[in-house]
Amino acid sequence: MLTCKEFLAELSDFLDEQTDAEIKSKLERHISECPNCWVICDTTKKTISVYKGMKTCTIPEDVHARLMAAVERKAAAKKV
Amino acid sequence: MFLHAAGPGNGYGYSPAFAPPANTWENGNSRKMATESFTLAAAPEISEEAKAELELVNRAREGDATAFSTLIRQYEGKIFRLAMNITQNREDAEDVLQESFLKAYEHLDQFQGNSKFYTWVVRIAVNQALMKLRKRKSDRSVSLDEQIDTGEDTVIREIAAWDPDPEIQYSQKELSGILTEAIDGLLPIYRTVFTLRDVDGLSTEETADVLDLSVPAVKSRLLRARLQLRDKLTRFFKRKGDDAFAYM
Repeated sequence: MLTCKEFLAELSDFLDEQTDAEIKSKLERHISECPNCWVICDTTKKTISVYKGMKTCTIPEDVHARLMAAVERKAAAKKV
Repeated sequence: MFLHAAGPGNGYGYSPAFAPPANTWENGNSRKMATESFTLAAAPEISEEAKAELELVNRAREGDATAFSTLIRQYEGKIFRLAMNITQNREDAEDVLQESFLKAYEHLDQFQGNSKFYTWVVRIAVNQALMKLRKRKSDRSVSLDEQIDTGEDTVIREIAAWDPDPEIQYSQKELSGILTEAIDGLLPIYRTVFTLRDVDGLSTEETADVLDLSVPAVKSRLLRARLQLRDKLTRFFKRKGDDAFAYM
């Protein structure tokens, strides 16, 4: 059985489904027997999920306008 | 016991050794200058989306301002969010946004087309943002590549199960405030890696490439970032009535 420390070291790869089959089955066995690590795994997965669901911010219109004006100035200078 | 409380002196430091290359687009052999337009035939495995993007880049190179505007529209939100995450300052973030796209425009002929346009621009943006941070902290420079694998910042302060859909208890605005505050509480190395990898959806390899870090370094920082955010969010998302308890 893996220790909690070993489990935690593999947690990211486990959540990203980047572990090989043998390690994956050891990790699954560990969380089925360790309630603390099960909670950590579940809540870390949800952490990633809520951030993935974050909408890309629409940038303020004035910021966009200044950016476009700067690019247009650069484009005009390039043509000269 | 394997989890430690974070000490004030551990983790991310500031290294004068770090100096992002001024000419980001010329950094390393993999980014040799490509002065010719990238041809679609050179990459037969390319996706439809990437093809369309390369076409935009090629048109922009030929002076089509609308094509470059389309690229800006596509990525300005993500670049601005990343710049806000790194600099935590709106004025700096706006500067980073503008400088990144201006540099990209100026050096479009050096975009090789063997990576996504976004990863090319975001690399410029990360370096611009780090330079802003270094300027603000004038007595120290900011490093992303410092050895920090001490284990001291793998913090698990409490464990409590969350509601199945914790985010639905909050309005979109409240949720956004909670998530932003949690990210802002991370050190720059962690919030940058987390934003690129988990928010923007770059692969581990792309993140490593953008930040000039090794893949193991990205993975190590990502794990710490995820665990620290988990810890911060537990305060908001834990199931009502459950007591949080310290780990071990």
